Order: sequence, then structure tokens, then C-alpha cells
Amino acid sequence: MNHETQPQQSGLANPAPSHPADPLIVSRRWLLFKAGIALNGLVGIALAVPVLRYLFAPWRKDSSYDSWISLGPADTFPAGETRLAIYKNPSANSWDGQTDNVACYVRHVEGNQFQVFAINCAHLGCPVRWFPQSQLFLCPCHGGVYYADGSRAAGPPERGLFTYNWSVVSGELLIDAGQMPTLSNTASLVNIPTGRGDCPCRG
Amino acid sequence: MKQTADRVYGWFERRLQFEAPLRDAVLHPVPRSTASWFYVFGSAAFTLLFLQIVTGVLLALVYVPSAGEAWNSLNVLNHQIPFGWFLRALHGWGSNFMVAIVFIHMAQVFLFGAYKFPRELTWILGVFLLVMTLGMAFTGQVLRFDQDAYWGLGIGASILSRVPWIGGGLVHMLLGGPIIAGATLSRFFVLHVFIIPGAMLLFAFLHVWMVLKLGINEWPMPGRLVHRATYIEEYNRMTHDDGIPFVPGAFWKDLAFSGAILAAVAVCALVLGPFGPSGQPDPSIIQTVPKPDFFFLWIYTALAYLPPAMETPFILIAPLVAIAILLAIPFWAGEGEKSWHRRPVAVLTVSTVAVCWGVLTQLGTTTPWSPHMSAWSGDPIPARYLRNATPLVREGAAVFQAKQCRNCHSIGGSGGERGPELDNVATRMTIDQMRFKVVSGGGNMPAYGKNLSPAEIEALVNFLETLHPANEPPAYDAARRAVDNLQAQPSAVPPVANPAPSRGANP
Repeated sequence: MNHETQPQQSGLANPAPSHPADPLIVSRRWLLFKAGIALNGLVGIALAVPVLRYLFAPWRKDSSYDSWISLGPADTFPAGETRLAIYKNPSANSWDGQTDNVACYVRHVEGNQFQVFAINCAHLGCPVRWFPQSQLFLCPCHGGVYYADGSRAAGPPERGLFTYNWSVVSGELLIDAGQMPTLSNTASLVNIPTGRGDCPCRG
Repeated sequence: MKQTADRVYGWFERRLQFEAPLRDAVLHPVPRSTASWFYVFGSAAFTLLFLQIVTGVLLALVYVPSAGEAWNSLNVLNHQIPFGWFLRALHGWGSNFMVAIVFIHMAQVFLFGAYKFPRELTWILGVFLLVMTLGMAFTGQVLRFDQDAYWGLGIGASILSRVPWIGGGLVHMLLGGPIIAGATLSRFFVLHVFIIPGAMLLFAFLHVWMVLKLGINEWPMPGRLVHRATYIEEYNRMTHDDGIPFVPGAFWKDLAFSGAILAAVAVCALVLGPFGPSGQPDPSIIQTVPKPDFFFLWIYTALAYLPPAMETPFILIAPLVAIAILLAIPFWAGEGEKSWHRRPVAVLTVSTVAVCWGVLTQLGTTTPWSPHMSAWSGDPIPARYLRNATPLVREGAAVFQAKQCRNCHSIGGSGGERGPELDNVATRMTIDQMRFKVVSGGGNMPAYGKNLSPAEIEALVNFLETLHPANEPPAYDAARRAVDNLQAQPSAVPPVANPAPSRGANP
């Protein structure tokens, strides 16, 4: 490599006489210059494809993140009460620490009827707290309030609490979960009148 | 010795050739009027940027950008490494000072008309530097990976999720996955340590480069208008006729102020210490009241007070509109008057923005809209409200306490401010109105009809009806009182106009 570049460097040190009047040489140099740009452009595009694919890896369909997770035996949730339950998020990495311990509220209505609410307020995602005495969920951030069935009671949220799809399989309570519930991966950004709040986490 | 030094200097200078451009930069003439204490904020912001870089690199020697370990490494910094707490405090206070100085710098530059021809691009780069400074403040708050950081990210994701159509994808891009976890912290580390600082250094260099090339803005005089055709010539004449070399004429004030700011950061760090970390970032610990850092409290307030229908348009569009306006200012008003004496709209705009920001921030520190989550179990009902009370009224007070009414309503000066304080509620509402309000709610009041038994409701409203000053009777319904009195004494005279209550009163 060095042997080949040596003569060129010495050539630069003693510049060759220029040919300002010869359009042929100039246009050939410009052609090579443009070819060089085109080559780099092509390589750049070829490299951009895997780079963009890598960069946008998290941009996936909502359903690809969700799976059915057990919250434990259904009879650990007493009928008529609302309890905090914690599950491990299905797409966990070893370096996630405590962040993949996700909390949710399980309301055992009666018999085989459950409601599972996301912990996140439908306004801006703060963790709502359940007060069994007054049968209300209160949000500490902007004062959103929800009734026991998850429907909106007061405050800035425009809808009830996000709910997970649930099912009881051989005595275990399962929920379909895997991502932080927000307005985009639930029903949609519509005004839901006060009093229902029965919207599954996956629209 | 000196000869050797000169030879070494000459050896480097021959190769680097810094001397001529440096001499130009240092000795270039500036208008005498700009050697002013009003012109020191830009250099102070630059100094703080370097303080942040140095302290940031030092913190990165220990900090672990992993969701599982970041919080622990912050506690090691705080408690085990000698002066680790001080470095964290310097970086945290340096950030607060930098945001403040950058805003002051922008207000000064705006009021002095410095964005006008030919300094439009300097202003535009400055707007981007402001946005990046705020970006650094937010991403830095995330790297302090505690409960506030965790739920702050949740709020950020909830805001992004409101973007039409692509909101879900944007949330996944922001979080690096479906939830706030390891990937989230990694990408905020990259933003805070590589991408934004790199861009900031480049932009800050160009910003200063243009200040040197175009000359510092002269002190604005009322009536001295900027015209594109003549401004450069006028400016050159001004610096030629009445100019002083930048160093030391104007620069000593920059040096003095930068030193004072660094000292102020150090004193704040020493006396007030580092920020957090608060509780560990475990989302299953829900006993938390998340709050953003000081400079984002105004957004937190705005989100509490906006009407729901305006919320999404506001939080998605307002920031873009604000940045677009800032970028458009030099093109819209690139010529003309520079002096604030003749730009009342500019002065009013700056003062309005400052007052709004101050009020929203003040509200954000007290959060009167948030329920006090533990008020019901913390503060007892003042004993004076229950002196000589009937058993029914006492039972009502117990219901009032147990059903968390105090999380939103204060009584005796303690409790939430979400709802009205109830010390004199009986003078505002009749007992029937209170019963109706408790049962069916309304406004921001949840309906308790399903959660309270009829006996509890009766006790509660009887307690509330005693809440009035001794010299002011409770509100009453005249028609109902007339019926009651007639039923009690069928043959008696018609009722008096304002019968005193019989249920007792608080002193």
C-alpha cells in the first residue's frame, strides 16, 4: 500500500503543470468525482436499510408485544374486593431490574366475573390508588377519580381506567398484557361518556 | 528558559497557526456600549455548558446506565464515593442554573433586538440551543432513574400516545419497547450523553462563531433603526469610531460573571446537596406522588387546568407553534427599531410569559388539584367541631374521615384542596343540597350513592350541617322549613323569617 501511495505523494509535493484549457481532462476528473459520489450514495443507501431496520425495531404491532400471563389462582382474589396484583412483563430482559414488575388491579365482581384494571391513569399514566373505604381509585397527579367498576368519576381523564382482557383457565386468572396501556393502544382517542369505562386494553 | 519556551511555542504555532485567528477574535473591536453587565449571560451559559460536560464525564465514571443498576449506582455516588454527592449536586444545580441563564439570555437578546439583521441565524441557532438545553434537562431527569423519572417517562409516553395514527409507534420508539424498562434508560443515556451534547457543542460553536464574525449587537438606542442596506456600514463605523478591543474591555465582565455563576452553583451544591434519587424505580410500588423537576412544573400545572377537550391539541401543537414563532421572529421583524423603549409589544410579551410561567410554577409546587392521598388517615377532625355534638353528628364525622372525604376537602385547615374547604359548608348549601351532592356527585365530585349506606349518608350530612360559624345560621330551604314548622305545631303562628338552627353550631 505504502509503495503505491509513495509516488502519488511526491507528485503532490511537485504539482504537475495544470491544464486549464483542456476541457477533456477536467470533465473526466469531474466524471470520476461524480462517480465517487454516486458510489458512496449507493453504499450509503445499502447501509441505511439495516440501520433503519435496527433503529425502528421497537416499532411493532401492539399484538406482537402482548401475551397471556397468569396472575395466580383466581380464588386468591376474594369476591367483592379489589386487590393489587403484580406480574412480570412478558418481554423482560435481565437488565430491566425492577422495572418489569407491572402492577394491576383485580376486581373480583362475583362468581366467575372479574375486572382487571391497568394501574395507569387514563389521563397521563400516573399510578392510581384504590381506596376500599370510599370505593374509589384516586390519581395523585392531576386528581383523576374512578369508581370501583373503573368508570370515570371526576377529574381530567376523558374515559374510565384501561382494562385488560382476562380469562380463567383451570382456576388461574390470566390477563392479556405486555405493554404500557396508553390511549394509542387502547380503544381510540374518543370521548367516552361518564359511567362506562369498559374498554379493553387492546382496541 | 524563555528561549526554550519560545521555541516550543514557535514549533507548535508553525504547525497549528492559531495565533492570527485567535488574535483577531480577542482584539476585534466591539462598540463601547456593549461592555455592559447586560451582555454577560451568553458567556455564562457557555461556561455552564462546559461545567455540565466536565461534571457529566466525571459522573459517568461511576454511573451505570442500566435499569437494574442505575438507582444503586446513584446511591453509591451519594453515599460511598468521596464527594460523589457533591459532583451530583454540581451537575444537578448546574443544570438548573443553565436553564435559567439560557432563558435570561434569550429574554435579554430579544429585548435588545439582537435577533434583527444580520444576526437572524445566530438567533435561530440559539432557539435550537434552548430546545436542546430543555432536552438535556428532561433526559437528565430520566437518568436519575427513580420513581419520579419512571412516572415522568410514563407521562411522556402518555402524551406521545395522543399523536394521531402513529402515537403507538412513537411510544414504542420513545420507550425502546412495550414498557418503561432497560431499553428505555439505554436510549435516554444515548440522547443525554452522545446525541444532544454533540449537537449542542456544534451549535454553540457556530453560535459563538457568528457572534465573533458579525460583531456583538450594539446597545440599542431609541430611533436608531436597522436597515438591511446600511446596517453593516453603520456598525463598522460605530466600532471603528467608538470601539474598544473585546479583550479586556468587555471580556472582564464576562469572566467575572461566569466566575460568580460557577461559585453560586458550587454554593447551592454544597448547601442544598444533590437531587434525589427518590424511591427506587419499581412500578409495583404505587405509594408515590410523581412530580416533574422545577422547570417542567408549569407543564404539569397546565395539564391539570386545561379543559379536557383542549388538552390533546394543546400539548401536541402548542410546543411546535411556540418554536415556530421563535424561529419566525427574525424574519418577521428583521429590521427597524431595536430599543425596548419603543417596542411595547415585545416588553409586554416577555413580561406576560414570565408572569404566566411564575404563576403556573407556583401552582405546580402546591398542586391544589391533587388529592392528598393520606389526609384521611393523617389529620383528625378538629375537636372544637365535635364539642357537644349528638351521636349522629359524631358518627357523621367518622364517616367523613373514613370515606376519604378529606383527601379532597380540607377542614380545620388540613386536607386536600381539590374540592372546596368545608369549614362553612352549611352556610352555602342546605341539608338537602348536600345530601343530593353526596349521593349523585357532580362537577369534580364523585357520586357516593353506591358506596355509602342511607344511614351513613344521613350521619354525614348531619355532621356537615353543623359546619357553620356560631353567628351565622346554616342555609335552609324556606318552603321546607315552613312545612316542618306547620307539622310540628299545626295551630301555631306562621314561621319566623330566619329561624335559628336547632342542631348546634361550631364556635
